Amino acid sequence: MIDKNDKSAIILMFHVHKKYGSKKALININLDVSKNEFLFITGPSGAGKSTLLKLLYLGESVSEGQILIDGMNLSRISRKRIPLLRRKLGIIFQDYKLIPTKTVFDNVALVLEAMGKKRQFVQKKVNSVLRTVGMESRFNALPQSLSGGEQQRIAVARAVVGAPKIILADEPTGSLDSESAGVIFDLLKGFHTRGGTLIVATHDKELIRKTGCRAIHLKEGRQVSK
Amino acid sequence: MILFFKRAIYDIRTNRFLNAVTIITISLSILIVSSLVLFFVNANDYMNSWKKGIKIIAYLKPDIGKANLVDIKSKIQGLYGVAEAEFISKEEAMKRLREQIKRQSSLLDGLNENPLPDAFEIRLTGQSSNSEKIENLAVQLESLPEIDDVEYGQRWIGRFVKVFELFRLTGYAMSGIFFIAAVFIVANTIRLVIYSRREEIEIMRLIGASDRFIKAPFYIEGIIQGALGGIIGLAALFAAFFYISTSVEHGLSSDLLHIRFFPLRLSITIILCSMLVGWLGCFISLRQFLKE
Repeated sequence: MIDKNDKSAIILMFHVHKKYGSKKALININLDVSKNEFLFITGPSGAGKSTLLKLLYLGESVSEGQILIDGMNLSRISRKRIPLLRRKLGIIFQDYKLIPTKTVFDNVALVLEAMGKKRQFVQKKVNSVLRTVGMESRFNALPQSLSGGEQQRIAVARAVVGAPKIILADEPTGSLDSESAGVIFDLLKGFHTRGGTLIVATHDKELIRKTGCRAIHLKEGRQVSK
Repeated sequence: MILFFKRAIYDIRTNRFLNAVTIITISLSILIVSSLVLFFVNANDYMNSWKKGIKIIAYLKPDIGKANLVDIKSKIQGLYGVAEAEFISKEEAMKRLREQIKRQSSLLDGLNENPLPDAFEIRLTGQSSNSEKIENLAVQLESLPEIDDVEYGQRWIGRFVKVFELFRLTGYAMSGIFFIAAVFIVANTIRLVIYSRREEIEIMRLIGASDRFIKAPFYIEGIIQGALGGIIGLAALFAAFFYISTSVEHGLSSDLLHIRFFPLRLSITIILCSMLVGWLGCFISLRQFLKE
């Protein structure tokens, strides 16, 4: 289980640069995130928030610099070990990224199946997580039959079901009404309370103000404040 | 494994159209290649039965006494490629001639003496039934002092065998080309299936699914598609075979022309090859797709 008193760094970024051709998306980012920290990455659209998260889950690779996550050096990680890194992470996207042909249950269960968990365990764990996010009655529904808020709750369930150490959330409430956004935020806070590390990219300043957690601000790819 | 199998069945059911296209593609490829194979299997049967019927007749000189026959027979049987040598006396030869010409046999009644020579009828071993070996043996027989002349009436088979061999080689090459073409057509069709599910694959990768976890159901799908394509292709070929063989055998004497379908073992081999086509198509597509 996660030790809530352990405040050592779980994520370290050293002089990280990311370029797309000649365009610089991130410039010299240095960051350390402690275990059980709730960190916001904020900034206007195009500032590099999503790019930074992509570098953390290896959706993109760094152009320069080093990233360490829970002892894994992402610059040296072999292709075969990328799934192991991603199993340490739970990722939530603004557009949910649920598989449209699979039911709510199957979407969530897929994480545990990919980890090779036994069927009985999968059944029990998925039902429990769906209960936590208040979606147990919709287990057999397809994603397109759900509202945006409900789909994001399923995305949160999928992100937490594998008991990851870190959750990366890219604008998790960006396309939701305030009531749905509140539900999602409470679920994320619940994960943090249980000892998880949370990094949320958002431009919602009100959300940051309410929580009082650390936020780093990006502007045109540069880290302008800690 | 059960999980992968279930996912494969589920995926086939949810992507019915593209899976149907793949199965039809495989079945058409199997139908074309199997038709060629079936033709060569039957043609080969005919060649073998003709080859078995090849005989050499060695006519003896008129002054050879009966006492020498055992010696001559052992000399002939000692030659490489001879399976059996049977002595046909001139009387026996005349009797056979009469039986062959039946109604015109009265023409032979006017003969004062039997003009036919004594002879040995020589059957060949299976390995010696190609035209070069037959000719070789004929030369050796002619060199024996007791032999007057050598005849093997089916000289034309030699030429025919050569033409057939050429056809057979062409058939093998065509089957190989069709096999490769089938693999690439299937690979492209499967690529369409994969492409239509690229978002799903991407999501699976993001949640930590290994390449093996992603690939396994596709491979199972490929093998299932191959098996179904093979069975459908063979069933279509059997239907065509049944229709054609019934019409042909009605038109001709069944003794003259008897064609057969694949034996069970060969049918299973074809279905296994078809499963290999499905798997290989998947392998090529997935390797490229997951690299991208």
